[in-house]
Amino acid sequence: MPDTVQQNGHGEGAYNYAYLDEQTKRMIRRAILKAVAVPGYQVPFGGREMPLPYGWGTGGIQVTAAIIGRDDTLKVIDQGADDTTNAVSIRRFFARVAGVATTTRTEEATIIQTRHRVPETSLKDGQILVFQVPIPEPLRMLEPRETETRTLHALCEYGVMQVSLYESIARHGRIAKTYNYPVLVNGRYIMSPSPIPKFDNPKLDRNPALQLYGAGREKRIYAVPPYTSVKSLDFEDHPFEIERWTECCALCGSTESFLDEMIVDDTGKRRFICSDTDYCQERQDGQRR
Amino acid sequence: MTTPILSAKGVTKRFGGRVACRGVNFDLWPGEVLGIVGESGSGKTTLLNCLAGRLIPDEGHVAYETASAGTVDVHRLPEARRRLLARTEWGFVHQDAREGLRMGASAGANIGERLMAIGARHYGDIRRTASDWLTRVEIGLDRLDDRPAAYSGGMRQRLQIARNLVSNPRLVFMDEPTGGLDVSVQARLLDLLRGLVDSFHLSAVLVTHDLGVARLLTHRLMVMHGGDIVETGLTDQMLDDPQHAYTQMLVASILPV
Repeated sequence: MPDTVQQNGHGEGAYNYAYLDEQTKRMIRRAILKAVAVPGYQVPFGGREMPLPYGWGTGGIQVTAAIIGRDDTLKVIDQGADDTTNAVSIRRFFARVAGVATTTRTEEATIIQTRHRVPETSLKDGQILVFQVPIPEPLRMLEPRETETRTLHALCEYGVMQVSLYESIARHGRIAKTYNYPVLVNGRYIMSPSPIPKFDNPKLDRNPALQLYGAGREKRIYAVPPYTSVKSLDFEDHPFEIERWTECCALCGSTESFLDEMIVDDTGKRRFICSDTDYCQERQDGQRR
Repeated sequence: MTTPILSAKGVTKRFGGRVACRGVNFDLWPGEVLGIVGESGSGKTTLLNCLAGRLIPDEGHVAYETASAGTVDVHRLPEARRRLLARTEWGFVHQDAREGLRMGASAGANIGERLMAIGARHYGDIRRTASDWLTRVEIGLDRLDDRPAAYSGGMRQRLQIARNLVSNPRLVFMDEPTGGLDVSVQARLLDLLRGLVDSFHLSAVLVTHDLGVARLLTHRLMVMHGGDIVETGLTDQMLDDPQHAYTQMLVASILPV
């Protein structure tokens, strides 16, 4: 494919740099600024039609398009992996319309767009983590009315969220929610951390990187600025806990990462391997050296 | 000298050209149960909603004597304060328990919700309090984790009462709490309510069309007709010696058993 993008920096002919027109990017940046100013608060924005279906990352891709520049290096992950269809397509999309360098290495990236995971490698100052969010409203399953959920956020009335955790303990003997586990941001707003496993929740707390969350279908942007407190909700006698495995990664031997369970044959034999492919590869390379 | 816990002055509510209640004045004293009776459409429920801050009256105001912060005008309070009052110092028992309960959550969670809303974060304590209240409203502890959808009408109503009283409110609004229940269940509920009102020294405003319920529970009655209060007085006195023509008709239409 002739890479006209990198030559003129202006998309494919009719397309503007980074696909969205400048006014749209300006509008999204304003929403982002507001979101950063009020951590955890959902800012509505005029979401655009993107060249991929809702649910595939239209929110994240719009946020990335609004903040990306020529000097950025982009990494895109889907369930921790750099090589799944969604991740490959979005990475190629931005390489084409924004002419940016792409990478799979967490420490080289300036912008990391992610679906369902936070990288295992610690993030640094200056990096931006962009989440793709399907349902931005943490209270949605408890309170279907949008007017009411907004009031609850405005008045900081979060009893109902606690009710859902109570129900979980009453039914299962423990808080059984394993992903999209609700958090309290900066001691004020309850936020849905998008469907990341609760294993990743502690990484959100006081993270040096800026976290931006984009929901395309529901047209909401919210953010957690660097070094902001993010607390997972719990009860005093049922404290928040992350998942643990008795196995280690079959490829790199890690005991500290989030493991995917794979069934490898018809007899139900299974293996556990790191969901973060970059982290796993780095470790394997290190061991080989 | 005690001050009234709730005081209404000239409360009027219109829906377009239709007047639902007109110029209602009364004082409710601590520990008193006030009944509002009248036929369907006479404006009882609208008045109750105005008193509880759920509707904003077109004229008049409602003053409430808070536990610690002096007297407040219910409708001038910021929404946050009003909602806080409504879930701490007040209770509201709906005629239809489905409106007052969280039908998708277990009975324990329903009772515990107010506690969690005001900051309780200890599962064991919340559960203990919930069990305690379930016993108090005469529901078996084996039903603690059942959803209200699996409850009978009478049990739902008792659960709703427990959910409201768990935060030790001072004032309870009740909208036909016994409506739609059969007579034996009604009698049990009335018994329970009378005991609770007594032991917690509750003040209450009770809306009902059933004079039998009013006679059992209330100290004082207001009779509404077409949006007006046509007669007020002590319950026993009024039922024995009604003055206004409409009250006479109402009393006369009690079915003799």
